[in-house]
Amino acid sequence: MPEGQEGLGELPAYARSLGITVHSEDAGMPVLTVDFGPMVEGRPAHFHGGATAGLLETAGYAALRAALLATGRDPQLKPINITVQYLAAGKSKPSFAIGRITRLGRRNANVTVEAWQDDRARPIATAVMNILMV
Amino acid sequence: MTTPPARFDAREASKWFFQHGHTGWLGLRFTDQGDNWVELELPWREDLLGDRSRPVLASGPIISLMDMASGMAIWQASGAFKPVATLDLRVDYQRPARERASVRGRVECYRRTRSAAFVRGIAHDGDPDDPVAHVAGVFMTIGANPREANRALDPAINGGETDA
Repeated sequence: MPEGQEGLGELPAYARSLGITVHSEDAGMPVLTVDFGPMVEGRPAHFHGGATAGLLETAGYAALRAALLATGRDPQLKPINITVQYLAAGKSKPSFAIGRITRLGRRNANVTVEAWQDDRARPIATAVMNILMV
Repeated sequence: MTTPPARFDAREASKWFFQHGHTGWLGLRFTDQGDNWVELELPWREDLLGDRSRPVLASGPIISLMDMASGMAIWQASGAFKPVATLDLRVDYQRPARERASVRGRVECYRRTRSAAFVRGIAHDGDPDDPVAHVAGVFMTIGANPREANRALDPAINGGETDA
């Protein structure tokens, strides 16, 4: 694998530092998880919004990387923007996230991501990301 | 209470905010403040990289930086440390941060209602006129009286916050 490219299951340094790991796979897309702990804590016993965003963003990139690898593409990814919606407080238990590729173009991709805790049908946060591929 | 609580001061609050939790792990530091804005610094760190090919900070920690600066800007503007929850946060990345550069996040709270606070700001790596990212966000106060919260969300009767 060329330097600078992340495969499925190989996460960037930031994600590894925060304790994000690949939990499982769903229809070819990685499900990421992070345990609750001091590194992700904001107000007492709750996830910091920034840590939740970090999980969402990492899952978005992991999903896009998986989709690209499936089609034999391996471009460098650059963030254009991210919008995070916070739906419910992240409690002191593990969080999970998975990305879905809404649109995969030649130069850019649109990815939606959902994060949840106990019940996947009740997300705690969602994100939309636009990513440039060069 | 017999003594009124001290006015929120971002510089003072930073002394204990960043000693634990997510922001402590990131190593955030206070750099500057105004009446309705706060600037924090995310120091460069090798293990916060987002991309192995370039030594630039990942975008995730920059969101955390802006989220924290947003909350503190709201407390700075209102003068009180009342819990807030992020409702919506948008980050537009203008360019990568420079190699091995710390990033500063400067956020202002430009509008507060009874239950919501609106923020905007920039992340930069030395020159505020050449930002790394622009951000915009909306926060909700936690535990607000639902009746007042409903009034605050109705623009027709929302007169805004008057306790500043």
